[in-house]
Amino acid sequence: MKKLCGCMILFFHMIKVSSCKIRLVFTTNNKKDSELQLMKLACNIRIGCMTAIFHAGSGHPGGALSCADLMAYLWDQEIRFDKNNSEWEGRDRFILSKGHACPALYAAAAEMGVISRSQLITLRKLGSPLQGHPHVKALPWVETSTGSLGQGFSVAVGMAMGLRYQHNDARIYVMLGDGELQEGEVWEGAMCAAHYKLDNLCAVIDYNQMQSDDLNQNIMAVEPLRAKWEAFNWNVIEINGHDFSEIERAFNLARECYSKPTVIIAHTIKGKGISYMEGSPLWHGSVKLSHDDMVKGLQDLGVNETDIRRYIDGTAWN
Amino acid sequence: MEQPGTSQEPLLLGSSGDSLREAFGKSLVTLADRYDNFVVLDADVAGGTGTHHFRRAYPKRFFQFGIAEQNMMAVAAGMAATGLVPFVTTFAVFCLRAYEQARLSVAYAGRNVKIVASHPGLDVGPDGGSAQALEDLAAFRAIPGMVVVSPADPLEVEQATEAILNYNGPVYMRTGRSPVLRVLPADYSFELGKGKIIQDGIDATIVACGVELARALTAADLLARESISARVVNMSTIKPIDDELLAKCALETGCIVTAEDHNIYGGLGSAVAESLVGNHLCPAEMVGIKDRFGESGEPEELAEKYGITADYICKAVKKAITRKQY
Repeated sequence: MKKLCGCMILFFHMIKVSSCKIRLVFTTNNKKDSELQLMKLACNIRIGCMTAIFHAGSGHPGGALSCADLMAYLWDQEIRFDKNNSEWEGRDRFILSKGHACPALYAAAAEMGVISRSQLITLRKLGSPLQGHPHVKALPWVETSTGSLGQGFSVAVGMAMGLRYQHNDARIYVMLGDGELQEGEVWEGAMCAAHYKLDNLCAVIDYNQMQSDDLNQNIMAVEPLRAKWEAFNWNVIEINGHDFSEIERAFNLARECYSKPTVIIAHTIKGKGISYMEGSPLWHGSVKLSHDDMVKGLQDLGVNETDIRRYIDGTAWN
Repeated sequence: MEQPGTSQEPLLLGSSGDSLREAFGKSLVTLADRYDNFVVLDADVAGGTGTHHFRRAYPKRFFQFGIAEQNMMAVAAGMAATGLVPFVTTFAVFCLRAYEQARLSVAYAGRNVKIVASHPGLDVGPDGGSAQALEDLAAFRAIPGMVVVSPADPLEVEQATEAILNYNGPVYMRTGRSPVLRVLPADYSFELGKGKIIQDGIDATIVACGVELARALTAADLLARESISARVVNMSTIKPIDDELLAKCALETGCIVTAEDHNIYGGLGSAVAESLVGNHLCPAEMVGIKDRFGESGEPEELAEKYGITADYICKAVKKAITRKQY
């Protein structure tokens, strides 16, 4: 009987593994190709963000563009999911706790084939599942509804606890903004995740050093960040959030860490990729992108004149 | 050792029973075997909410969050997303602290989370105004899709706990701090979304919930001595409110008095008034706390000072009757 049970467990495990998206691991030979591929993916995510926000007439470009590289890596390399079955129990969970950066999440999902690219231009429009902040009842694969900073992080902690309780070895990834760290709830959750030794939880901080009105340090200083998370008993990894080899190393280290949750402090540039946005808090908040903003922005991303016109008139993905 | 729950003979009507919070904690133990998918979350007040019974019996299904209610509420939403049914338990005022988490992460996301709050109303007593939640029914009633329940005695707490477990969606349920009398008959049956006529009458209807039901029944007895026949309805589901029963009572008795241990703004009284306006207008009076905060004192002293005793209900009934148009 015991043997039979063992066989059955192995059988189910095999089914589970075979249905997983296998995590790609870079080797020295294909590293350059993979990096180029990721750069291209991140560029497409940025184009998706710009186009979606342009057509919406509002949205938060700065914090979406800063996390585009992280989003590209997470969705292409790290997260196990089945694009045809958002309910698959073995899937890794990704939560965008900084919900206002959702154009990057939607654009990444479009690149992965979870939604269609043409849907991106419905962002923030009546009846569209692409709500102004991710909403799980509109889009089941976003895992939870966010838009009130700090909450997505606690929800991720709850998923980590719930999955562990049910012996599900899926991992939970949660992306936070730096301004979000000013919410007290984040530190309640940080204490809780360390207390319960949630090594199935990996938080990523998109540390672009800017929030809605100004630099973090002028609004409410969040430093010293590493020391804070270490003091809360987390495994802390600090990287350049635009360098794919560093991003890869960080997620590998996170997966190998036992008995502690991991936080990846990813140093990024607000508005990354768009020259006039980079390092400017003016592009954090819900802004309207003008025709000229769009042309200049897509030029910065290397899009040719013909395609720029097609992104602007909304026919690029027809 | 005496076993809690259904195996126990119901206490006699009017006898001193458990507090509603103790009844809740024991109900969880009774239900645990039959419902293996629920877990209990606590923020360092298990001794106060009654969940200490569950912690002792099912330690692996009990999760401690420390004094951090906002995180606990959103964690519950995360756990619910993985298929568990979490009971978030703390004092009613601290549920208000996690209100926005209940709004976004629980209700907006459509999570099957049960928020069970002890220590509501003036019933909290000596801890004073800071601890006496007089706004919780109003606050949670305003969240779209949130079911709001306030049972009246230990028997009903047990039935309501099972009923909300069987309901798929977010629920806010009030228990209570002080020992209460058994007021519902042994054959009473709680139904989510339904009010129940506990005592019939023809001159007026008193609609009450929670600890106020016992005072409403006392009021009906006092009124009977003056030949006033008052119907008493236990409206233990405040949302969705039982429109049909309220319309029937309005039609048959001609006036309604609501009674609650809660601010008159936004709670049972408001819910009943909204229903009457939409369905069958009749004179209505509200017994409750008149937009004030509470203070330290024993529950009965406070009930007297803040105007929610049986005598106040009687006065309101008489006033409502004089307002009837013949």
